[in-house]
Amino acid sequence: MKSRVGVMAVMGLCTIYFLAPIWWLFVGATKNNDQFTGTAPMWFADFHLVDNIRELVTYRDGVFLRWMLNSIAYTGGAALLGTVLAAMCGYALAKYRFRGRELLFNIVLSGVLVPATALALPLFLIFSKAGAANTFWAVFLPSLVNPFGVYLARIYAAASVPEELLEAARIDGSGEVRTFFTVSSRLMFPALVTIFLFHFVAVWNNFLLPLIMLSDERLFPVTLGLYTWNTQVNQVPELRGLVIVGALLSITPLVVAFLLLQRFWRNGLGAGAVK
Amino acid sequence: MKGVSVRRLLASLIVPALFLTACSSTDSDSGTDASAAACAPSSAGPVTLTYTSWIPGIEDVVKVWNAKNPNIQVKVQTGPNGNGGTYQNFFNQLKAGNAPDLGQIEYDALPSFRVQDGLVDVGACDNVAKAKDQFIPWTWNQVSFGDAKGAWGVPQDAGPMALFYRADLFEKNGIAIPTTWDEYAAAAEKVRAAGGYITNFSQSDINQFAGLTWQAGGRWFANDGQNWTVNLTDDKTKKVADYWQNLISKKLVSTVPPWTTEWDNAYNSSSAWTWVSAVWGANSIASGAPKTAGKWRVAPMPQWSAGEKSAGNWGGSSTAVFKGSKHPYEAAQFALWLNTDQEALTLLNEKANLYPATTAGTTLPALSKGVAFYGDQKIYEVFAQASTEVAPDFTWGPTMTATYANASDGFKAAVSGKGSLTEALTAAQASTIQTLKSQAIPVKE
Repeated sequence: MKSRVGVMAVMGLCTIYFLAPIWWLFVGATKNNDQFTGTAPMWFADFHLVDNIRELVTYRDGVFLRWMLNSIAYTGGAALLGTVLAAMCGYALAKYRFRGRELLFNIVLSGVLVPATALALPLFLIFSKAGAANTFWAVFLPSLVNPFGVYLARIYAAASVPEELLEAARIDGSGEVRTFFTVSSRLMFPALVTIFLFHFVAVWNNFLLPLIMLSDERLFPVTLGLYTWNTQVNQVPELRGLVIVGALLSITPLVVAFLLLQRFWRNGLGAGAVK
Repeated sequence: MKGVSVRRLLASLIVPALFLTACSSTDSDSGTDASAAACAPSSAGPVTLTYTSWIPGIEDVVKVWNAKNPNIQVKVQTGPNGNGGTYQNFFNQLKAGNAPDLGQIEYDALPSFRVQDGLVDVGACDNVAKAKDQFIPWTWNQVSFGDAKGAWGVPQDAGPMALFYRADLFEKNGIAIPTTWDEYAAAAEKVRAAGGYITNFSQSDINQFAGLTWQAGGRWFANDGQNWTVNLTDDKTKKVADYWQNLISKKLVSTVPPWTTEWDNAYNSSSAWTWVSAVWGANSIASGAPKTAGKWRVAPMPQWSAGEKSAGNWGGSSTAVFKGSKHPYEAAQFALWLNTDQEALTLLNEKANLYPATTAGTTLPALSKGVAFYGDQKIYEVFAQASTEVAPDFTWGPTMTATYANASDGFKAAVSGKGSLTEALTAAQASTIQTLKSQAIPVKE
């Protein structure tokens, strides 16, 4: 019983530690510019959240909303498509025997070790050669790649999709592609959610790629947009309030995604771990 | 804060990319040189230029130009401020051959682009060369690098420095407004005795220290056309460093990190009484310390000896034309208009608090009025005067990002009691020379 109390105390401390910045952000977002420096940072002054949000979404013809939509398009689109690609690739590596399979898998795995940051500049030079820098695709296409997802999909496909089932599907005359989408992908679902979430977070947080690729403000994801504003605070101090409110709004999609999908995520993680 | 780590990351990325640029600058754009030298219109038909700037509201200024110049349309691109990533992007784009036609570059970054051969000499354009006299001499020197004819950009704004002070607190405690640095140090003791700090020493933003050095006559870099010399520890700089080290050691100045809410709060709660800052600082105080409205005034910077008239500069930028632009003539025309036209200067001042680099600009109606936050004092007259007192011969080095990062590490250590400002500068001196060498920039030791 004693140890339980100890554990709860540690967990409680961790929770406070992790939630405090979010609390600060929320409280800060409800203040106007004067109160932001003048009042206690961890407690409310007058409640201006609605005014602040209205100011944010109307500032510069609502460019913030555009950034949010961009982020959702980059992140949601890339995570969805990237998950499908990773699942297909991992599945093929797990279920089909062909020459060079292990070599291919090892090459993909080594991709896990290369940080996205290191690839940003070479990617920029490649996209510039193709005349596609500063376009939607310059951020979207590189974001589709997810070697860790391939790894996870392979492990999970090997564990959860029985050979006998595939044999049965083939005997019943189902093509390989059809089998994958109607049978195998369903069995792999918990792993797919995990891959999706990982991918979602990775793309959302990949700040350097859009920073290097994009110079058209209308293509910015919200992270880059807010960062841009934040660097202009010295010149236009009113932007500080907008950055705070914007940061609060920009974390909501991530929070929502996690709350909705965390059940699957835990399952998927556990399954990946035992293998 | 996240911004700091990103900046650090970018600073570490800048070195290899600069190197890439240096290697490639010989094999590209040899064709554009000829047309730049002649500075003739590139085509009879309409052209579209791209212009990258992080000035908030710059689109509204460009709109005015676009309406008047159907044949030279300018498209605005944006990004974070220069050291926040846009300079790195410029270098990448120069390397990839898709740099914008025009870009905003601060004075302290201009030499690095010049060294990498990334800029078009707009001085070759007759009307740009003739406009030289419209600018406050030191701002022109920042873009000409002392060259009689050349100009690798058009000066945009300036950051002449002065002393912001709390008139009410000084009066209440019977302290005279310091006119020399000796008086300032003496006042610091009295202010401390009264429970405040005379100012906050900017520990991580080396630009303020650079401005103070500029005033004192310290000259960090020089270029004789062949070699660079680095002098972060000349006598004048040491004098400034020792002066502030003394105030820090005696705990007469506070040392909270600049540009944080903590820092704003030091002013808002009347704990910091003065700030030696640039003209744009007027707005920083007004927004960061709203509770102190009406109580601030502005006086000229304290001097090193009584009766002198010398000011420092902190900040300021130029509009440059990048190598590889297909329309250097048109780009130069836009840059010139943007930074000399009274309507454009008024808009830039209104939207982004830019303080003009032209003599005529310092007397804009908006800059001749009393400012309520400063008790209706006509504070911009002080800065207009200060701008004419900035020495014209201060040169920035070609690797300021690295120099700032190095010095800032040492400064942070110094304010927390480890080492001194002079030691920090000595270390920055050594590492700056190292950085120059690693980028194959000739340097004399």
